[in-house]
Amino acid sequence: MALAGRAALRWGARLPSPGPAAAPLCRPAWLPAACGRPYSSRGKEEIDMSTYPVESIRNFSIIAHVDHGKSTLADRLLEITGTISKTDHNKQVLDKLQVERERGITVKAQSASLFYNHEGINYLLSLIDTPGHVDFSYEVSRSLSACQGVILVVDANEGIQAQTVANFYLAFEAQLSIIPVINKIDLKNADPERVEKQIEKLFDIPTDECIRISAKQGTNVEKVLQKVIEKIPPPQCNTADPLKALVFDSTFDHYRGVVANIALFGGEIAKGHKIVSAHTKKRYEVNEVGILTPNEQPTHKLYAGQVGYLIAGMKEVTEAQIGDTLFLYKQPVEPLPGFKSVKPMVFAGMYPVDQTEYNNLKSALERLTLNDSSVTVHRDSSLALGAGWRLGFLGLLHMEVFNQRLEQEYNMSVILTAPTVPYKAVLSSAKLIKEYGKDQITIINPAQFPDKLSVSEYLEPIVLGTIVTPHEYIGKIITLCQDRRAVQKDLLYIDENRVMLKYLFPLNEIVVDFYDALKSLSSGYASFDYEDAGYQSADLIKMDILLNGNPVEELATIIHKDKAYAAGKLLCEHLKETIPRQLFEIAIQAAIGKKIIARETLKPYRKNVVAKCYGGDITRRMKLLRRQAEGKRLMRKIGNVEVPRDAFIRVLKRETDK
Amino acid sequence: MAAARGWPRRLAAAAGALPGRGGPGRAPGPAPDTAAPATAALYVHWPYCRKRCSYCNFNTYVVPAVDEAAVRACLVREAQTLLRLSQVHSVTSVFFGGGTPSLASPGTVAAVLEAVAGAAHLPAGAEVTLEANPSSASASVLDGFRAAGVNRLSIGVQSLDDAELRMLGREHTAAEARKAVEAARGLFPGRTSIDLLFGLPGQSRDAWAQRLEATLRLCDDHISLYQLTLERGTALAAQVRAGALPAPPQDLLADMYHTARNVLGAAGFRHYEVSNFARKGALSTHNLSYWRAEQYIGVGPGAHGRFVLRAEGGCSREARVQTPEPVAWMREVQSQGHGTRSRAVLSPLEQLEELLTLGLRTDEGITHERWGHFSPQLNLQAVFGEPGEARALQQEGWLVLDSGGLRCTWAGLAVLDSLLPALLWQLQRVLGAARCPPRGAPAEERAGGGARGL
Repeated sequence: MALAGRAALRWGARLPSPGPAAAPLCRPAWLPAACGRPYSSRGKEEIDMSTYPVESIRNFSIIAHVDHGKSTLADRLLEITGTISKTDHNKQVLDKLQVERERGITVKAQSASLFYNHEGINYLLSLIDTPGHVDFSYEVSRSLSACQGVILVVDANEGIQAQTVANFYLAFEAQLSIIPVINKIDLKNADPERVEKQIEKLFDIPTDECIRISAKQGTNVEKVLQKVIEKIPPPQCNTADPLKALVFDSTFDHYRGVVANIALFGGEIAKGHKIVSAHTKKRYEVNEVGILTPNEQPTHKLYAGQVGYLIAGMKEVTEAQIGDTLFLYKQPVEPLPGFKSVKPMVFAGMYPVDQTEYNNLKSALERLTLNDSSVTVHRDSSLALGAGWRLGFLGLLHMEVFNQRLEQEYNMSVILTAPTVPYKAVLSSAKLIKEYGKDQITIINPAQFPDKLSVSEYLEPIVLGTIVTPHEYIGKIITLCQDRRAVQKDLLYIDENRVMLKYLFPLNEIVVDFYDALKSLSSGYASFDYEDAGYQSADLIKMDILLNGNPVEELATIIHKDKAYAAGKLLCEHLKETIPRQLFEIAIQAAIGKKIIARETLKPYRKNVVAKCYGGDITRRMKLLRRQAEGKRLMRKIGNVEVPRDAFIRVLKRETDK
Repeated sequence: MAAARGWPRRLAAAAGALPGRGGPGRAPGPAPDTAAPATAALYVHWPYCRKRCSYCNFNTYVVPAVDEAAVRACLVREAQTLLRLSQVHSVTSVFFGGGTPSLASPGTVAAVLEAVAGAAHLPAGAEVTLEANPSSASASVLDGFRAAGVNRLSIGVQSLDDAELRMLGREHTAAEARKAVEAARGLFPGRTSIDLLFGLPGQSRDAWAQRLEATLRLCDDHISLYQLTLERGTALAAQVRAGALPAPPQDLLADMYHTARNVLGAAGFRHYEVSNFARKGALSTHNLSYWRAEQYIGVGPGAHGRFVLRAEGGCSREARVQTPEPVAWMREVQSQGHGTRSRAVLSPLEQLEELLTLGLRTDEGITHERWGHFSPQLNLQAVFGEPGEARALQQEGWLVLDSGGLRCTWAGLAVLDSLLPALLWQLQRVLGAARCPPRGAPAEERAGGGARGL
């Protein structure tokens, strides 16, 4: 699957990562120096933040479906407020990574404080650039909890898309003020009226509340700022209260450690203060506070209602977890609600293409996860692929972007196995319950799959998927969803020719190729987004792959019973194509327990000898044979069957790579 | 000059009593690279063709006119130079290949043979083979080559079906091929070989069985049967890839090969190498030199050689390749006596790898004696007799290691390329392990004069 280019983007989203980009070390070359992260303050004079009382503060986010113009609008807001100078180069100023600009997504959210005078009052407007994708719904919800309102951007041509819906509900549930903005009205096919009607129908927002803008040309952008001031309430908090600060993001800086992005829900904070993390209970002394403009600009203090950053000698991003609350030492407060530890939804094995690259990959992984604590890393090894890791991601986009960053920023080429999801088993066997110390276990590796006899129920993760599509594709999409064991929850015409569908999907049915299938059968017009919907009971089985009767450990899979036959057949066929013929017949079988459900037979070589080998042929012949002899070293032997590493790679890799 | 000229006549006179019958089949004496007396086979490449065949990727050139005098002079000069550098005492066989060497004049062949006889000993009765195309192999032409000293012919019949011959891009018909073979048999009785291809796109089992029968009615005592290899870059391979011609199925190819082995075996032919069959002892001495990993000198554009540069004080075998492009090759020969484009010293392991790869292609396999020449320290038993790949392959019936040496079984020969990687891997391992513990020992051995191997 091509990772570059927007076409490959799955849910078209902005992804957050709890750490920002590997910013200092990996600053892209094209960034103007001023956009980099200066290590010393840019302005010599520190801003006195006490001149911005709560009443003159607005904290907000921009949310949008991918490509609807979120970053362009942010660029204009930054220009209008003089935060950045107005030049032609301001394109996705807040998107600093190569992958962000290539794919039009925000991997690492950047925030910025804007100063804006409106009707004689100086306002402090903090744009909290949330990651928009629901792979990261938790992070989004934490970012949104630092806001009192959002700008909901919808493309005047494309209208409401799946991600618009998901984002809207996140903001709506957080009870934020919502300012609907219809962007790209300068486009030839723009139909803002239709979009206004969609917004009214779906979100119950009167059509006259929508602001029609062209972020690209700057049309009506000033009006958006005015609405932010008028419609979004100031934060409700008091500087006289004890310090209560929400960590909504964090970055790792190789020189200064963790830079935590914080929103003050009460009190004030300054250099020298002793603070405590409500989650880790660890104590720190504040070294520096400041605001983001969007570069770090130190200030004397930050006050209640304000948004900025803090550096306090934290060594790892896990010490500044998203959603954590910071308070003053000896002045504990009730932590802000909603804190959760990261829970990966999608797992994949990662192996170096060449084992000699193991250590390099290890250090690249370490550096990348310094900035993204949402990726879980467990050492793993495969007899076929060697030493590697099992990585847990928040979702598929997260996985892809992580992989792409590894390739682009660290020049590492890796083998990424097809993603799997965490299943659960409710144990009935007293022995197993005792062994695990609990009656419900999560199964990541098929090798841990407990036998049906000791289990009362298997559970699989499910998600609520939203699809927005032109109505002519609806039949095909419904068929696709049914094939994926999905259950329809809603079907709604958002205007005469666009439909929104909601389905409950087993997560494993969408992790490999669902989005590609959806895009191809809708000629690219359908959009898709999903959110976590818990677990449901499922008829799961473990399917083994046997070569001449010997199980191949790395090819065992956990799968729904209804899918086993088709999947087993496909896998056997695929293996038949990739395993080279040998001197004996090879039976390739898929089995559930002792029952064979699919079989392919790889016939032996009856003739395999080069016809001519005379004086002039030997050199070339030896070259090939030496390579084949060397290949013997890398063969994985299953019984007497030799399986080259390439065959494993081709079979274990994502289907879409075919 | 007179002495040299006399050589071919003597040879021709002795033709009836030539070594052929039983001679080349028996293992000749050791062919030590560095111990005297040094011997080598000599290959001469004639790079020109009138037309390129659709399946051929050899180093051949179709040019409007060949300056034969210049080419001849260069072949002669290069043969002299390389024989001198190798200090080969005796040339065991000469093979004129190509290209289409039957397009050269007999005078060129005679000149090269004279040069060889002048620079080294060329025993009376040494095998001198010429590759001939039916389109340039009339009785009179062949007679001229016989007079020049050629005593064995290899005729590129390729097929006895006109449609197949057209697909192969051959210039001759089946009838012309028959005529050429008959003429050759008259002039070189018992020493005429024919080349035949099988596994052509669209060829059926029955068609192949018929070709075999027709071949048996026509042939002399030596047949080379080659499965058509679709070489990259050839017109035929492109047609198959584009789907214009069907790719022959693997099972059909195996059937055809097995049929050929059975039919020729029943007709009294010994299947002495993967693609070569002979009866009445008419094995190709020259080609056996390759498969026995003996020294050979390659003369002419793109020719390969394997020999020790004794004149330079060398004691290790080199792999040498002459410059492929004829004009460039000639320039180099004219200026420095030879047109060697690349030379690489072969390590003892590399020599053993080649011996293994080549030797297992023959029915005699690799004898203990031959292995011992290259590996005096570790005998066949020590390398392949211990538990490992070779032992497993023996148990599975593909390979035999006994008092005769290491060789393929009847079934094993057909799948040799599936056996070799495992054997080479085992060889590398065993040699690597043997080299490490007693450090320095093999080096001393090598330095200790006369040792050819480890």
